[in-house]
Amino acid sequence: MHSYLQIEDAKVVFDTKKGKFTALTGVNLHVQQGEFITLIGHSGCGKSTLLNLVAGLNEPTSGVLLLNNREIKGPGPDRGVVFQNHSLLPWLTCFDNIYLAVEKVFGDKESKKQLRERTFAALELVHLTHAADKRPSEISGGMKQRVGIARALAMEPKVLLMDEPFGALDALTRASLQDELMRIVEETQATTLMVTHDVDEAVLLSDRIVMMTNGPAATIGEVLKIDLPRPRDRLALAENPDYHHLRGQVLAFLYKKQHKSAA
Amino acid sequence: MSAMTLNESRRKDIMNSPNTPPLSASAVNESLPRPTPFLQRGQVVTEATAKLFRAALPPFLGLLLFILLWQIVSVSGGDQGLPGPAKTWASAQELFADPLYDNGPNDKGIGWNILHSLYRVGAGFGLAALVGIPLGFMIGRFQFLSGMLSPIISLLRPVSPLAWLPIGLYVFKETEPASLWVIFISSIWPIILNTAAGVSRVPQDYMNVARVLSLSEWKIFTRILFPSVLPYMMTGIRLSMGVAWLVIVAAEMLTGGTGLGFWVWDEWNNLNVEHILIAIFIVGITGLLLEQALVWLANRFNYE
Repeated sequence: MHSYLQIEDAKVVFDTKKGKFTALTGVNLHVQQGEFITLIGHSGCGKSTLLNLVAGLNEPTSGVLLLNNREIKGPGPDRGVVFQNHSLLPWLTCFDNIYLAVEKVFGDKESKKQLRERTFAALELVHLTHAADKRPSEISGGMKQRVGIARALAMEPKVLLMDEPFGALDALTRASLQDELMRIVEETQATTLMVTHDVDEAVLLSDRIVMMTNGPAATIGEVLKIDLPRPRDRLALAENPDYHHLRGQVLAFLYKKQHKSAA
Repeated sequence: MSAMTLNESRRKDIMNSPNTPPLSASAVNESLPRPTPFLQRGQVVTEATAKLFRAALPPFLGLLLFILLWQIVSVSGGDQGLPGPAKTWASAQELFADPLYDNGPNDKGIGWNILHSLYRVGAGFGLAALVGIPLGFMIGRFQFLSGMLSPIISLLRPVSPLAWLPIGLYVFKETEPASLWVIFISSIWPIILNTAAGVSRVPQDYMNVARVLSLSEWKIFTRILFPSVLPYMMTGIRLSMGVAWLVIVAAEMLTGGTGLGFWVWDEWNNLNVEHILIAIFIVGITGLLLEQALVWLANRFNYE
């Protein structure tokens, strides 16, 4: 059976000043359409490298990546990326940042009016219509990240890739963005791959959690299926024994099996 | 509201508060002297004045000290000494009373000389920007070109601007293009180098955005490269403008005809030392204004 996103025996070796560095090896992962996958692991375990492989920003040294049965060769707008530090262009308004992406993907087929409507729809999705004409420097960190998500989703990508999208935000903002992300993913049925180092975030959002072993030569250690019913509510989950059990399993992997001495 | 009613209402608040034990009337009056609104307003005004005073005092004192030193130097020289501030000021008033007269090639108003110098700087510097900015972009974007050109740039950049003048005179056979050439060649380096540095420092994040969106080279240039490099470019332009303005006076001294540099040399030949001092002020103030205009322009392109 074919999966939507297939990663077959991927290996990444970087050439560094100190010689060859094997970041990832023997990575196999199959993702179904509409699935929400989080990659979790200690820092330096190559989870961002794996995400960049799917994004096409890095190339595998060996192995194959397939998206919808086509090999991933280089980056492309069929994979929307939300960067850790939002990466909005500071000289463009929120609207123009999204419009740049929309124009690239749909510019050939649609009229200017339709492109503008798409852009506004994306802003509407993250509830930021009122910030359309603001520059990134004029809005908060959480809002910037929402614009980043809107930009990625506006391209109607096959896969949404998120590299620690909420890592730089405070806990309260992070929680509200997680809720918002759950709503958006529910609405759009986006296939999502997200890097995180937050166990609660992983359990709350995921269908499956991919736990990675420590680098160098990191690989997938365990995959944990999160079969909590959706829609999920963080308050209800706090009382849910299944939730705590799953959370405990991730913690056990991270701190017992992959214990990392303080560097 | 008078001070009396204010105190009364205040006392009432304290009395009505459930957590505050009642105070005796005398305690309230003595321990809580309330400034009246009028006094508060007075304080605000004094504060603003004090702030202005603190900001303006050091430069004012500096200028005063400068004029005082100038006066001392001029007095200590006796009859042969430098003209003092008062004499120079009087001469400047006379000079600027009619700045734009024209009595033939060697006798023009000060305004004409300033405008000629500005024109030469503008033209030479404009050409330098026209050539330097695209060249800087290419050097920053293509490693190969950078490797090719950097030894040449390193070799030519430290050359004193006036050393280029004879080459200009030889090639162009005329003084006007020769002085433009000197401005051009001495002000082009900061533009090239800063633009190239800006291009090589475009944040990788932005380039990743470009890659993920698969933007065309033209879109990358207009939406990412150019706005990102602009602050660096503006720094280069400011440095270049500074160099150009430094060089023009020296170049005009040698080429003659018109311009501030020529005027300085002409007045030296006339032994009109006041005018030389005035020229120094004009050069300084014009340079300052050019610099400020460019700083203002640069700040308009700062998005952070």
